Formats: sequence, C-alpha cells, structure tokens
Amino acid sequence: MSNELDLNSLSDEELIEQMHDDLYDGLKDEIEEGVRILLQRGWQPYDVLTKSLVAGMKIVGEDFRDGILFVPEVLMSANAMKAGMAILRPLLAETGAPKIGKMIIGTVKGDIHDIGKNLVTMMMEGAGFEVIDIGINNPVENYLAAIEEHQPDIVGMSALLTTTMPYMKVVIDAMKEKGIRNDYIVLVGGAPLNEAFAESIGADAYCRDAAVAVETAKAFMARRQGSALAQRVA
Amino acid sequence: MAAMSTSFAEPPRTLVIACGALAREFLFLKERNGWDHMTITCLPAKLHNRPQLIPEAVREKIREMRAGYDRVLCLYGDCGTGGLLDQVLAEEGAERIAGAHCYEFFLGSPEFEALNDEDPATFYLTDYLVRHFETLIIKGLGLDRYPQLLETYFGNYNRVVFLSQIPDPVLLKKAEEAARRLGLPLVVRETGLGGIETFLATA
Repeated sequence: MSNELDLNSLSDEELIEQMHDDLYDGLKDEIEEGVRILLQRGWQPYDVLTKSLVAGMKIVGEDFRDGILFVPEVLMSANAMKAGMAILRPLLAETGAPKIGKMIIGTVKGDIHDIGKNLVTMMMEGAGFEVIDIGINNPVENYLAAIEEHQPDIVGMSALLTTTMPYMKVVIDAMKEKGIRNDYIVLVGGAPLNEAFAESIGADAYCRDAAVAVETAKAFMARRQGSALAQRVA
Repeated sequence: MAAMSTSFAEPPRTLVIACGALAREFLFLKERNGWDHMTITCLPAKLHNRPQLIPEAVREKIREMRAGYDRVLCLYGDCGTGGLLDQVLAEEGAERIAGAHCYEFFLGSPEFEALNDEDPATFYLTDYLVRHFETLIIKGLGLDRYPQLLETYFGNYNRVVFLSQIPDPVLLKKAEEAARRLGLPLVVRETGLGGIETFLATA
C-alpha cells in the first residue's frame, strides 16, 4: 500500500514499480497521482500509459488467469487503470500517440452483461486502438449502423449467455448479405464461447480474455497492414 | 450404456448427478415420491464461476460413481458450457434435463422465454441463491470488500426475479432484502419443482 508513501520521493523506475503494485491493489487515487507525477516529470503520455498502466494490467491479467486474483480484484484494478486513462486520453490524442486501428464492440441482443466487454475496451484502448463501445443488448441494426458510421477495422461481439451467443451469427450473416463481411475483422468473446463456436459462425477468432483480444487484434491488424505495421507494434 | 435392470417391476437404479444448488430440491422430491431407486451425487455449485470446468467434472463424477447403476441422469442445464456438457453426456451415455440453466427448467421454457423477452435485464434468484445470497453474491462478488462494485455488477439490471421453488415466508423476506441490497425491484414467481419432477419421473 502507498498510503503513507510519498510518491514524489520515488525515482521514475521506483514510481513505475509502485504504480504496478497500486494497480494490482486497485488503488485508484494512487494511480491518478502517479500518472500526474510522471506527466509533470515530462513523460510522454504514451509512455505513461504503456509502462505504468498497460504493463501493470498485464501482471493483473496473468495472475487472474493463474487463479491468484479473482474477478472483484481485477475489476478494482481495471477501475484504477480507467481512472489513469481518463487523465491520459486527451493528452494521447494531442501528442499523436500511435493508433493501431479502430474497433467497434458491443454485447449482442438479449444480453446485458458487459464486464468482459468493458475490460476488452479498456485494454484495447491501452494497446493503441480507438474503440467505439456501442453498449449492451445490440440488435444487428446497431452493429451495421456503427460499422457504417465509424468504418472500423474490427467488429467485436460479446455474450455471456448460451442463449444469446447464437445471435452473433445473425450479425455475421447480415454482414455477408451486405457483402461487407470480408472488409472487417470479426472477433468474438464471452464465457460460454469457444474456438469451435467462433469458427462455426464465421468469426475470425475467439478471444478468451482481454489480453488475448489485444494480441489477436494486433496480429490481425499486422496481417492486414503488412510488415511495416508488424515492426511498429512489436 | 449401462445395462438395464432385468426386473421390469423395479425402476432402474438411477444415479443423479446434480449441481449442489439442487440437492435440497432433489431430496424433497425423492422423499415425496418414494424414489428409493435414485441416488444423488453433487458437484459444487461454485463451478458456475468457471463453467468451462463443468463438463469434465461431470464426466469424472459419472466414471467414478456409475458402477452399480442402470442409468445416469444429470440435473444441470447447459450452464454456460456452450454445448460442451451435452457433448460429454452423449459420450458417457447420460441424459440431462432440458434447459439452458436452472431458471429455465424451474419455470419451463415458454414461461422463461416470455419472462426474459419482457425484460432481459433481469437478475434471477432461486431458493438456493436466496438462502446463500450473502456468501455467493455479496462475498462471492467481493461486494463486502468493494461495495463500489455494485454498479459494475448490477448497473445494467432492471429487476430481480425470485423463482421460488418451495414457498417459504422466511425465504421470501430474504429475497426482499436481497433485492433491496442490490437496489432493484423484486418480482416473485412460484415455480414449484414440476420441471425437475417430470424429468426424473419420465426420463
């Protein structure tokens, strides 16, 4: 805990390490303070994002995957990261932080669960994607309208229920019918999904968690944009 | 497939593999119907937190326990396994009650669909969940340690629907308190145990 610790007294390296710990512990106020201190010290917003927040959440994600951290703690860490990103977001745009691609993401019709979607949104933003979150309970028309308006690279769909996940095929079939399926990368995720399901509905990939979603999205973008991008994102 | 009992006068010796959340309901039905030929074995209800573990846990239980039984019945819905539980049951020659989850097989599919169409933003409680609300929901979701997560978990829900299996004024009061703690209005639907009873009696 950094309650009694003066973050200002830490070197850059020590502060980054402390921010990883604070993120792990879900300490929102400390993360906001740490972000501000690094910016005051002249750090580029993109470096603050990647070295303190993204790197810290990577540790959180690994421990969650290994059964050391559980959902409540991950959510507290995510809230802390979100708070840090809220400070950085306008500055990232100003300072021309690299943008890897654009994604629209939403939970499908009949499904109001969005915790996973929100984590993916946050991690994709942290990785340099612009993400348009179209929310929950989305009929196919919402996806198509978002695709038309935002012209993303990636269409992301989430479902937590066995009964709602089949709707993802409705969306993909609609994209095929309009002749636009192959213009977009379609990524799907959610607890009851698996790779076989993703393949059966015609999605490009199933992403089992937010970290996998980021790596999968980067890989598809790299394939799309050729080796120049692959070198930039590596 | 397990060998059928050679005596047609006796019902088949039946192993019932169930989610722990249904143990009390099964025992109630077993006693009421005199189902001495049925034996229940349960898997922990907390497997629902990691549904990908359910199929192989069920398979392991079937293989561990099936000797001496003519057939195996399963009281699980699909429960978020995305069809993988059904695959295991087909491979192991067992049959499960129809329905995506216990909410559906308590209510019956048409009624559950109607309720869900009415408002998909519904958080369902059963007798078991009401009984263990503090442990499973409050502590299980970390709301005792991080009450600020209430909005994260429940901000998208419009109501709580309490599916009551065995009417009990004490449970009803607990359900009312649970809904109040979640900040949501409560709707009560008495389901009885007909869904499970019919399945076990006619499978």
